[in-house]
Amino acid sequence: MAAAVLVAARRPLGRARFAVAALAPAATAGWAVWLLATLDPGEAHTRRVEWVPGLDLTLGFRADGLAAVMALVIGAIGVLVCAYAASYFGSSPTAAKVAPLLVAFAGSMLGLVLSDDVLGLFVFWELTSVTSFLLIGTDDERPEARAAAQQAFLITGAGGLALLGGLVLLGQQTGEWTLQGIVAAAPSGGLVEAAAVLVLLGALTKSAQVPFHSWLPGAMAAPTPVSAYLHSATMVKAGVYLVARLSPGLAELGPWRPVVVGAGVASLLVGGWRALRQSDLKILLAMGTVSQLGLLMILFGVGTEEAWAAGVVLLVAHALFKAPLFMVVGIVDHATHTRDIRRLDRLGRRLPVLCGVGVLAASSMAGVPPLLGFIAKEEALAALGETGLSWGTALLVAVVAGSVLTVAYSGRFVFGAFGPAPDRGSAPGALVGPIVRDVHTPAASIVAVPAVLAGAGLLFGLLPVLVQPLVDAAVTWWGPDAHAPTLALWHGLKPALYWSLLVLTLGSLAIVARSAVERVQVDLPRLPGTQRGYERTVRGLLRGADRVTGVVQSGSLPTYLAVILVTMVVTVAVPLSGAVAVPEGLVLADSWGQLLVAAGVLGAALGAALALRRMTVVLLLGVVGYGVAALFMIQGAPDLAVTQLLVETLTVVAFVLVLRRMPERFAARQSVRRQLPRAALALAVGAVVFVFALSATVRTEPGVSEEYLQRSLPEAAGRNVVNVIVVDFRGLDTLGEISVVLVAALGISALSAAGRRGRGAGKAAGTGVDAAEEGGVA
Amino acid sequence: MRRSVILETVIRAELPVLLVVSLYLLFAGHNQPGGGFAGGLVAGAAYALALVAGGAGAVRRTTRFQPTTLLGAGLLLATLTALVPLFTGNDLLEHDVLSADLPVLGTVKTTTALFFDTGVYLVVTGLVLLVVTALGPGDLDVGDVDATPGDGT
Repeated sequence: MAAAVLVAARRPLGRARFAVAALAPAATAGWAVWLLATLDPGEAHTRRVEWVPGLDLTLGFRADGLAAVMALVIGAIGVLVCAYAASYFGSSPTAAKVAPLLVAFAGSMLGLVLSDDVLGLFVFWELTSVTSFLLIGTDDERPEARAAAQQAFLITGAGGLALLGGLVLLGQQTGEWTLQGIVAAAPSGGLVEAAAVLVLLGALTKSAQVPFHSWLPGAMAAPTPVSAYLHSATMVKAGVYLVARLSPGLAELGPWRPVVVGAGVASLLVGGWRALRQSDLKILLAMGTVSQLGLLMILFGVGTEEAWAAGVVLLVAHALFKAPLFMVVGIVDHATHTRDIRRLDRLGRRLPVLCGVGVLAASSMAGVPPLLGFIAKEEALAALGETGLSWGTALLVAVVAGSVLTVAYSGRFVFGAFGPAPDRGSAPGALVGPIVRDVHTPAASIVAVPAVLAGAGLLFGLLPVLVQPLVDAAVTWWGPDAHAPTLALWHGLKPALYWSLLVLTLGSLAIVARSAVERVQVDLPRLPGTQRGYERTVRGLLRGADRVTGVVQSGSLPTYLAVILVTMVVTVAVPLSGAVAVPEGLVLADSWGQLLVAAGVLGAALGAALALRRMTVVLLLGVVGYGVAALFMIQGAPDLAVTQLLVETLTVVAFVLVLRRMPERFAARQSVRRQLPRAALALAVGAVVFVFALSATVRTEPGVSEEYLQRSLPEAAGRNVVNVIVVDFRGLDTLGEISVVLVAALGISALSAAGRRGRGAGKAAGTGVDAAEEGGVA
Repeated sequence: MRRSVILETVIRAELPVLLVVSLYLLFAGHNQPGGGFAGGLVAGAAYALALVAGGAGAVRRTTRFQPTTLLGAGLLLATLTALVPLFTGNDLLEHDVLSADLPVLGTVKTTTALFFDTGVYLVVTGLVLLVVTALGPGDLDVGDVDATPGDGT
């Protein structure tokens, strides 16, 4: 099973061709079919891979019915998208870029649906966001494509963060880190509710639900095969999929239904409404996807068995009609070099086969019998009629309204692409360009791909028995006793049939009166756009970051030092205040030598504080350092003394080099009032360090040095215990420290290079030297 | 900055000695005072001296390595030394004792920690070298050499 993941994650590099690329999804699809055929109801293949054993992180994979259905969609659509892409891209260099990314995406998506471990799921979740970002930005020379990729990544990435927070919170509250465990625990409580909302935020952003849908139309900047695969059939379903996974356990939580169903209804209606006013066929479909995903959210999130099962049917149906519709648009785009319905006139006569495919797929989207879309819609309406919720009727009405919109925009798609061009006299924006007369005939191989998909929608509609096993296998996730309803075209004279008829009738009316509808749309005020909200948020964030940087990074060295020192005083003094102790047998000094050196150090320090020339200060500080080294020497720590001497020497050298560029003397003496706080801070630092040093010598626990001394020779074969500690016992610390040194060195190099161009960087470089060297000593 | 021929000459003679001392500190470090850090500082100080005496050109003449190369090589060496035990089934940073019979020196015993320490040595040397060349006087003018009368035309 893990092998299937690996096969799918393999990236054909170099001169990648889609034939090679298609192998991975083909293997996936075949595997999924085998899984569906052999899997007993309610069972699953599981595999756990240790990831970081020290942190108890495992990658748990679980292939059950729902996973197999998703894998089948990913694999089958993947193969066809590859076949389509092969003709779409031809020999353009873009193909080499897109093919490996598509396969990488398919691998991530497969990992996502197979993950049982929530953290593993999160990793794959983010991987799909990353591949999506790269694929949207395929045309990286166009600024709009880059902006769209960034927007998609920011929104789904922010949602991903919320998801991570929610999953961790869920895991901590339940103690379960697998989807299975969380659903079985069916947790409740305030924190769990907060976690659920966070998880839902992730799901809603990923599935482009209102109000986070603004990235999906932008994502249409991606090449059409990518849009067909990621942004209709698979990736945007990840959010829906997660809701489907969690809803059996979490649907009874307080905020679950309002959030999921609320966002779903809003998306269903707003998406449909927006789709009706688009003139770009691809954007129209993107808005339709928002709308359909909203319906999926409702079905999976409302928390009844029947609705959940209907969701599975719609999920499959949606993949089968939305992907070919995107492909049709791609072909139209290739044939006419436009996707604008105001420029397309009676394309159906020129390209009858393509028109047939488009009509078939769009009819499935609208829910016209005998297509799979009709069965899905029928099941959905039937299930939503029996939710037993107090607001169930309102929900049903909303879904019916959304479905009417769906029929209407399906009609707009068909007539827009293949019908006569709209009356341009009244159409807003007559500057769209001339009607396209010059139409290339697309190759049969490229039309065949959407034809297969749309044909499958017809076949499965006529023979719902073929889809039945998928739903049966998936619905076991809902519960061990759960049974999927029997799918059929004709259920008898049930309420759902009347609803369907109503939807189709109203929708057809809207299609017939589409010019009137368009006028109403133009007259109505535009809904507040979330695109502007997104832009405002991003701009605000950047401005806020600027402001914070302005406050925090004042550029004043005394301020930085003061902040560092105050922090040190506070963080040391507060815990120390309870533990002040004076060691027994305290003597002033062990020898006259110590006293002498100490006196020298004190004198030099006082001198440094009072001196007026910079050079004097530096030299006196050097004296302080050498004095300390002498104290180390007297106490019998030659290693420390040598290091201290060398560091002190080099610090003085660095200082001198920096001081060459600065005035010889300090600026005029500052007033006492300004110096007083500094003096107070200096005294505080001195006092804290003194008390700390005094108290630190009073041990209540045996020190580590004894142990190190004993272990040094036998275990590390070294007699110099200081060195053994540095390179062996605490070697990891050293590794970290030299990494810091390296980064600091690069910083110095960059600053001094900048300083050579401008002025004033020397100061900052000087502090960098100190920081780096202190890091090394520590 | 004026150049002093005496200082330059002395330092040219002294530089190799200082570098040998730094290497001694590096190799002796495991058993006696010293170690990669101290050794690196000595090597760095030697270059600092060369720089003060002869400018950046003098340093360039004595070492072919860019400071950044030293830094990178050092960190790479230390990281590799840390990682190698993982492949032989040991823990990160676990060191082994090596001993070899060398001519003249006799049996020499050391540990793989020496490689790690060498990494530290290189990083510290690179840091000091980078700092002094970045902040230092740059290339000294040839004309700054204690001008001998009649040199100027």
